[in-house]
Amino acid sequence: MKTTLKTALAGLAISTAMSSAAFAEDIKVGVLLPYSGVFAALAQDIDDGFTLGLETFGADSGATFQLVREDTEVKPPVGLAKTKKLVLQDEVDVLMGVVSSGVLGAIRDTVDGAKVPLIVANAGNDEATGKDCSPYITRISFSNQQVNRPMGQWMVDQGVKRVFTIAPDYAAGRQMIDAFTTAFTAAGGEVIGQDWPAFQKTQDYGPFLANARASGADAVFVFFAGGEAISFVKQYDSFGMKAAMPLYGSGFLTSSLYVNAQGPAAEGVITALHYVPTLDNPENAALVAAFKAKTGRIPSEYAVQGYDSARALIEAVKSGATDRQTLAAALPKVSFTGPRGELKIDPATNNVIQPIHVYETVAGADGLTQKVLATLPAEADPANGCTMPAAIN
Amino acid sequence: MSTDLGFWVLQMLNALQLSMLLFLLSVGLTVIFGLMHFVNLAHGSLYAFGAYVAASLSGAFGYWGGFVLAPLAVAALGAVLYFTLIRSMRRAGPMAQVLVTFGLIFVAVDATRLIWGDLPMGSAVPKTFEGQLALLGVQYPIYRLFIIGLGLTVLAALTLVLSRTQIGAMIRAGVDNDQMAACLGINVERMFMSVFVLGCALAGLAGAVAAPVLSVTPDMGLQILIPTLIVIVIGGLGSLKGAVVGSLIFGFVQTFGAVLLPTLNSVLIYALLAAVLVIRPEGLLPAKG
Repeated sequence: MKTTLKTALAGLAISTAMSSAAFAEDIKVGVLLPYSGVFAALAQDIDDGFTLGLETFGADSGATFQLVREDTEVKPPVGLAKTKKLVLQDEVDVLMGVVSSGVLGAIRDTVDGAKVPLIVANAGNDEATGKDCSPYITRISFSNQQVNRPMGQWMVDQGVKRVFTIAPDYAAGRQMIDAFTTAFTAAGGEVIGQDWPAFQKTQDYGPFLANARASGADAVFVFFAGGEAISFVKQYDSFGMKAAMPLYGSGFLTSSLYVNAQGPAAEGVITALHYVPTLDNPENAALVAAFKAKTGRIPSEYAVQGYDSARALIEAVKSGATDRQTLAAALPKVSFTGPRGELKIDPATNNVIQPIHVYETVAGADGLTQKVLATLPAEADPANGCTMPAAIN
Repeated sequence: MSTDLGFWVLQMLNALQLSMLLFLLSVGLTVIFGLMHFVNLAHGSLYAFGAYVAASLSGAFGYWGGFVLAPLAVAALGAVLYFTLIRSMRRAGPMAQVLVTFGLIFVAVDATRLIWGDLPMGSAVPKTFEGQLALLGVQYPIYRLFIIGLGLTVLAALTLVLSRTQIGAMIRAGVDNDQMAACLGINVERMFMSVFVLGCALAGLAGAVAAPVLSVTPDMGLQILIPTLIVIVIGGLGSLKGAVVGSLIFGFVQTFGAVLLPTLNSVLIYALLAAVLVIRPEGLLPAKG
């Protein structure tokens, strides 16, 4: 009985596979995003961007895309269990998503071992495209160092010579600041003090702000994101420090996603990021219009990461990829000009290479907006111990 | 390290500000515990609820609208909680109480997400309190001075009520021995209810006051819970003086730890907590001497 059922099922599977092959290719995409927990808003933006990308570019790819969504909850063990479910039970062709670097670290070996291509749509830890790189993991979002490194030279060029840095004490905070300080000191700047408040445990930044003020620096360079970014920017302004010591930072500090909760306190803050919604190019104009029509919101960097992940997947499909093996080989070879500018994947690490935009948060007609001050040229990250196996070329 | 006197004054004010914010939060929790022997872990969620109400009302009614209405809204929620859950849980023992109120935290986090969404909210400092004031040779944000003043006012009012009024005497009698107090004709049940609701209102007030300084996020209640518990464990469960001392110790250790011992800062307060638990498990100033 059991064997007959199995044979019957196998026969059914083969016939479905054949019939679908006869028509359009059907690509099954496993979406791994933290739909609940502190990153839920980011997950929503990535999901909206991804589905918009599939709708926009999917039509002429000749394929249909079926999404299987799983909630990773910002918990590495949950992310791992959901990844295994998508890989083994749903048998997806490709995985997309991952917001938290902790989750990416937890699922890396499973993805690599199962040889399922993964498009990373957020998680920025440097190791993922450094010493832990994998031919199956392609990052379309950013790396922590990539977003911050260019600010080192740029700030020295602007005449800022002595800075004080503040960032939460965890892996991403350290990577963001270290990338900046390395570039900043190499360009001739001087870091005269650093503070590392406890991550997610610090309510009052007053003590650190007093340290920064007493240091006599020209400026303060920080990384914070989400709720912490809002608290920090407001408290920085409440001490009246913006006038004497301009605030610079990683662009997540004043992300368009939550800058309006910071209010006037964010005005004049200068940061660098791989995307801002006010970039002046036709691809971005199209994205902003379509995203607004679909969701009523302005696309954040997270939305564009989802959107470009869809674009990358479709470019890979257009080049002839249909299953895990061919998608994994095709994804690192995609390149296109999107809302962020010209994107390509670094063959040495499978990390995206993209321009970085320096922007100032200014008051606009309806709320705060971003004024782009400079676009710094795209630059590949150093390989950082990544030796990419040529397994799938 | 700075030798400038102004720097230390600034840090002193920072420490005092954090202490007063924590005091507003922990005093409600500790009085509820002292009187009812009830551990309400969801106290932080009430604070978050207060912050959300204040932040969403600040658009329509301004800061002061939220300042007045948030504690009232949280008090109303507290009354609902009291009649539906707390009253029947009172004799259930600490383990059941901890589990139920811990579960409430998760219900509250998801409820706030459903109502207000995932994005953090912010609210502005009232116009009168914008900017800085020159004080003891430093420029300090006026709003932070307001928080310090408010904390001291609440402290003075509670001290006065507890030590000088008949209601205060009844509450103290209830803390000492609730059965005896009931025998003497005090309606202990009604007193419990009022104290619980007042504790909730104070949590709401703390939320409303914190909203312009901190970001208003669904998990803010969970984040503030640990500091609040540390405050009341160090100070001594159930005592007003304990809440004051605990808050001051927490505020000063956090602030000066960040300045003097930055690498040890995050463990400092936990080390102190452990030391207190070993040397004086009942806290520094317990309710019953």
